[in-house]
Amino acid sequence: MLDVSLFINFMYVLSATLFIFGLKLLGHPSSARKGNLLSAVAMFMAVIVTLLSKEILSFELIFVSILLGSIIGFFAAKKVAMTDMPELVSLFNGTGGLASLAVAYAMLVSGAELSVFILFVSYLALFIGAVTFSGSLIAWAKLSERMVGRPIVFKGQATLNIALIIAAITMGFLIVNQPHVATWHYIAIALALIIGVMAVIPIGGADMPVVISLLNSYSGLAACAAGFVLENNLLIVAGSLVGASGIILTNIMCKAMNRSLINVLTSGFQVVVSSNMKIEGEIKAMTADDAFYVLEAAQSVVVIPGYGMAVAQAQHTMKELQHLLEKNGAEVVYAIHPVAGRMPGHMNVLLAEADVSYEQLQEMDEINARIEHFDVAIVIGANDVVNPAAREMKGSPIYGMPVINADLAKNVFVLKRGMATGFAGIDNPLFFKLNTRMIFGDAKETLGNLVRQFSS
Amino acid sequence: MTTVYLLFILILAVFVGFELIRKVPATLHTPLMSGANAISGITVIGAVSLAGGVQHEWATWLGAIALVLATINVVGGYLVTDRMLAMFKKR
Repeated sequence: MLDVSLFINFMYVLSATLFIFGLKLLGHPSSARKGNLLSAVAMFMAVIVTLLSKEILSFELIFVSILLGSIIGFFAAKKVAMTDMPELVSLFNGTGGLASLAVAYAMLVSGAELSVFILFVSYLALFIGAVTFSGSLIAWAKLSERMVGRPIVFKGQATLNIALIIAAITMGFLIVNQPHVATWHYIAIALALIIGVMAVIPIGGADMPVVISLLNSYSGLAACAAGFVLENNLLIVAGSLVGASGIILTNIMCKAMNRSLINVLTSGFQVVVSSNMKIEGEIKAMTADDAFYVLEAAQSVVVIPGYGMAVAQAQHTMKELQHLLEKNGAEVVYAIHPVAGRMPGHMNVLLAEADVSYEQLQEMDEINARIEHFDVAIVIGANDVVNPAAREMKGSPIYGMPVINADLAKNVFVLKRGMATGFAGIDNPLFFKLNTRMIFGDAKETLGNLVRQFSS
Repeated sequence: MTTVYLLFILILAVFVGFELIRKVPATLHTPLMSGANAISGITVIGAVSLAGGVQHEWATWLGAIALVLATINVVGGYLVTDRMLAMFKKR
């Protein structure tokens, strides 16, 4: 008995080490795939040795469950389009939360005598798991446009939220003191699910990168709490690695929008400040034919993509154009803003899918240091992340947000459907600058047009 | 004592996590998140013990549900991360 459990725990130490090495290898694109594989090996090992445990009496249910989960996971991973990654990650956050909820709930109803501490962490795992689950479903619905993206607020919402939190704390006390009353379990789960919904509905579509990162962190914290429930150190290590990862990403996203987490989470409740600043100048449109002559003469081109590029599916055509520009002797790089797209790093994945080398993807600070040397900046479906108002218009809602200074390039082409404002609903002075030309129309068609001109 | 020892593990793991993940470049943040999804599927090892026990039927079924969900995370998370990372190429 002792020997088996000692062996299992020894193997857990080994898998924790492999998880850590796996994450370390994720530090560079060239070694990242190996890191992921290492982490998967660690997981596989942990599952196999757990099956040796003497506590396991029947294997049928385990086998069926693992098979079912593997089939669903396999198809989800193979079928998903890269544009839909934010939705998939949201759903995975949700299933992770629900799994921890189920584990904690199972402990509560197992009939075993649990200590006060175990009861407390069980409630914590139950609560975080449920909040993660319902919050992730709302985030998924918002991202997939099954639900309106704008913040949902109503009268008395703040009061209701406070009441819900007080009720949840009360339920915690009740469960710790009377762990076998089933009614408390139901009420506790229902309350936590409602809190998850209430936490995400007041957050607007533009802030989704923050929300997914935060829920990612919660799913780890839920696993961590479940680790305390089961007194399993591997669950605690893996859960806290995930929790830490989510918190770091949340922090990066908030910094990139020049906002605090509290500000993002309560954004729906704030009055929108409208600046009464006039933007001087006029908008000058240009046809793709004329743009071609400028591009043909360009020595260096920087492409600044936003979510609009993904919507128009223009990344593959852009890659073709990149190839032709390079054959023509120009240097082409891509400048990626941290909050471009709908989740951290989303643009990079979409461009990688279109076969753009990761060495050509540059971060905001790298590109801003030398943007004035670029002959042409092509803005594809990005708006707020290139808005110079963030730099020069005090009183603008996005003033102070770090942006890519596209307007400092010698020529700026903005590929845009029409004159709609971005996610943040703010006018963009970039469109009125002297060196800016607007190329209206579908981004993919415009780029295809340029490709044809180069080829002929 | 177990609690204190588990808290030690928690604190150390959080710090290791911060140090490691800070070094992940922005380019890999999406695979990092889906990889984190897979790692948070570690709940499988808890669910396995629950689903394999016959102590109480309700608990066993809940364990099975947790096992299905966590396996989705593990299998789906690692596969989709691998699919993405395979696309990151050098020139």
